[in-house]
Amino acid sequence: MAMARSFDLGRILRREESKGLALIAPPFVYALLLLAAPLGAIVLFSFWTQDFMTINRTFTLDNYREAFSDPLYMELLSRSLRISLAVTAITVLLAFPVAYFVSFHVAPERKSLWLFLITIPFWTSYLIRVFLWRVILAYDGPVNGTLVGLGLIEEPLAWILYSANSVVITLAHAYAPFAILPIFVSLEKIDRSLHEAGRDLGESRVMVFLRVTLPLAMPGVLAAVLIVFIPTIGDYVTPRLVGGSDGTMIANMIQTQFMRLNNAPMGATLSVLAMSMVGIVSLVMIVLTMRWTRGGKSK
Amino acid sequence: MKGQGLKAYVILYLVFLYAPILLLPMFAFNSGTVIAFPLQSFTTSWFVEIFTTKALIEATRNSVFIAVSVAILSTCFGLFAARAATRYNFPAKGGIVGFVMLPLVLPEIIVAVSLLVVLIQAGLSTGIWSVIAGHVLICTPFSIAILQGSFANMDKSLEEAAIDLGETPLSTFRLITLPLVAPGIIASLLICFTISLDEFIIAFFLSGNEPTLPVYIWGLLRFPARVPVIMALGTLLVALSIILLITAEYFRRRGLRRAGKRDVGGFL
Repeated sequence: MAMARSFDLGRILRREESKGLALIAPPFVYALLLLAAPLGAIVLFSFWTQDFMTINRTFTLDNYREAFSDPLYMELLSRSLRISLAVTAITVLLAFPVAYFVSFHVAPERKSLWLFLITIPFWTSYLIRVFLWRVILAYDGPVNGTLVGLGLIEEPLAWILYSANSVVITLAHAYAPFAILPIFVSLEKIDRSLHEAGRDLGESRVMVFLRVTLPLAMPGVLAAVLIVFIPTIGDYVTPRLVGGSDGTMIANMIQTQFMRLNNAPMGATLSVLAMSMVGIVSLVMIVLTMRWTRGGKSK
Repeated sequence: MKGQGLKAYVILYLVFLYAPILLLPMFAFNSGTVIAFPLQSFTTSWFVEIFTTKALIEATRNSVFIAVSVAILSTCFGLFAARAATRYNFPAKGGIVGFVMLPLVLPEIIVAVSLLVVLIQAGLSTGIWSVIAGHVLICTPFSIAILQGSFANMDKSLEEAAIDLGETPLSTFRLITLPLVAPGIIASLLICFTISLDEFIIAFFLSGNEPTLPVYIWGLLRFPARVPVIMALGTLLVALSIILLITAEYFRRRGLRRAGKRDVGGFL
């Protein structure tokens, strides 16, 4: 009797399992075919070579050797990393107070209106937005015009356009909502009575923020960091439109290898290197954050 | 005092966020051909030019066709995945769902390049269909995120009641589940449509000789004389996305009200 029932339960569970698997199968198979297989192909390609239009399928590490010995590739990779890290730091630091304001200082029924207000600019044509930054930061553009008009600078600043700086500013703008939303979500989850407890126990506002709010918001901050850092390293449009020669990034070189130089294996190699770099740095950030939050708890 | 300082900062931040969009209509209605200050006289001729440029209309048609197909396909995939993730337990669930969500954080150029390599190796030509294939990949995670919210808000006992009252699983889905999730579906369709319409990198690599609107705009950016037309076009696109977003937000909130849930947070 008991056996029969557990057998039934097992069958029901299995039916539930197979139903779930059957439902997830279409999107999963699609992602396998159009994401996993192509990513595998890129890795494979990076070990091949190309001579004009014919692909030489013998396994070789030549591409990697070339990538590591060519100063241009190395410079582009490290510059992409530097720019992405700067964008991530600036975006997250600028975004945190905004998320904090919406979570702690805005009435609950108006919160979604504020979030809506923040997300609207993000949904408008990316290309045109980036192009407009070129107008804003131009030598005779509004930023320089205002600064000169206020008498803060003698003549227009030339270094804010066509440089790594303009890439950082433009990307910090483009990824702002991606940083604000995860931080906001984690701030919303914080139990407000913890703040009162901290204050009651005699901590100052700043200490409550540092010892209660910030550690509890770390998962959101980490999510924001990753969601900004990973895609920015592969950004193509911004460096191309506002970067000039000093702001060129690895994605521009990958595009050149594939579309102009007909050297798909080299493009694939650079893609693999860029992805590995992103993966390693992201893992380090995850581990460091986890260690830091845990250290904070044990204190 | 501290709250005031914070508020001033947030307002400055919003100015930073909206700066490009506020400039857009200025140049769209400005008669000068150079995109710089000071502005010249008022004109609507750039808008007229949009509707008389044949290649632009062709590119818009391609983009709209792609965006509609992507919205429908991604939302179907999103429905499957979100339903499976919220209602069922199965082996390797976290890994499978995580993998489907992966394009959300993958640099788009990697997705574009890897698809291009495979298509060329398989001897297939690129064009509208390959852009659709790529866009479905990156839109599905957004659809899943939206629909997961809708399914999670739904009371499971409503479906069980329908089954107990003699409905078949299919009619239960049609009569109970679908109406409750409908606002989420509409929001997902609109969001996927907007993302696909605006996506550039994948379309740049995979559109072949059938350019989408962003690919066409990219080509125009090299010709300074054509830039005011782009500004006019951009103004129309901004207006269109704001209308679509407000509609999506309206349906999302209606869905929350229907499920009797309090409104917390936005789309993501």
